[in-house]
Amino acid sequence: MPEPISFVWPLAGGLLVGLSAGLYLLLNGRVAGISGLTAAATGLSKGAPRTLDLLFIAGLLGGAALASALIRRPEVQITSDIWLLVLGGLIVGFGTRWGSGCTSGHGVCGLARLSPRSIVATGVFMAVAALTVFVTRHLLGGLA
Amino acid sequence: MNRLIVAVLCGLLFGAGMVVSDMINPARVLAFLDVTGAWDPSLAFVMGGALIPSAIAYLIRRRMETPVAAETFHVPESRTIDTPLVGGAVLFGLGWGLVGLCPGPALAALTTGAWQAFVFVGALVAGMALFRLTLDRNA
Repeated sequence: MPEPISFVWPLAGGLLVGLSAGLYLLLNGRVAGISGLTAAATGLSKGAPRTLDLLFIAGLLGGAALASALIRRPEVQITSDIWLLVLGGLIVGFGTRWGSGCTSGHGVCGLARLSPRSIVATGVFMAVAALTVFVTRHLLGGLA
Repeated sequence: MNRLIVAVLCGLLFGAGMVVSDMINPARVLAFLDVTGAWDPSLAFVMGGALIPSAIAYLIRRRMETPVAAETFHVPESRTIDTPLVGGAVLFGLGWGLVGLCPGPALAALTTGAWQAFVFVGALVAGMALFRLTLDRNA
């Protein structure tokens, strides 16, 4: 179980993410969706400007490293074993491409512009994720 | 303003947001998703906080012909709710609920050096490649 944190941290972090998404839209005209950026940066999507996607991801890694060093040292508590990590990664990768987005593209950018597709996608993935945690923690007794 | 610099700058803000918000910690994410257990609602503030500047930007965008640093807007216009959208969201939700990592936090977690993040991101890219080779082939 993670230690409780003040709501100020998630709120401040959320504002940073929203600022990133908002600026990326107004300045570069693009959706800051991490699954789409990752696919483009690794050459797994059609005809996107890969340099931009690679630079965004390089920035993301740099920003995470800088914030970890200067603002708050994060704890990454993962109890999943290697096979669950592989399975989870595979279906998150496949699913986010099939569904055209993840928490950032649908959740932050899509909801902000009231896109009907993103509202449905966000509702579905939040509900399925919560249901998955319910099944693994409370019915199967702790897979993750 | 140069759009390459914009990409790096926006990436920096995003990555810092992953750490500051604690989205980077899968245990926190799973506790947030555990609505019937010892629910930790703090991550709701991430979504709430992110939507404020993002929504303001999308409102400003309506008054703009072109973005500041690029020629055109590349924002999806489709409004069709179809099988790929829902099927993909179901799969994504399942994987997210199993491990507690979605793509942004997973990339950010690489910087902590945790081996689990490398395994997850490797599998994530493999899953994207699998999609490219199967359902996406003729599209």
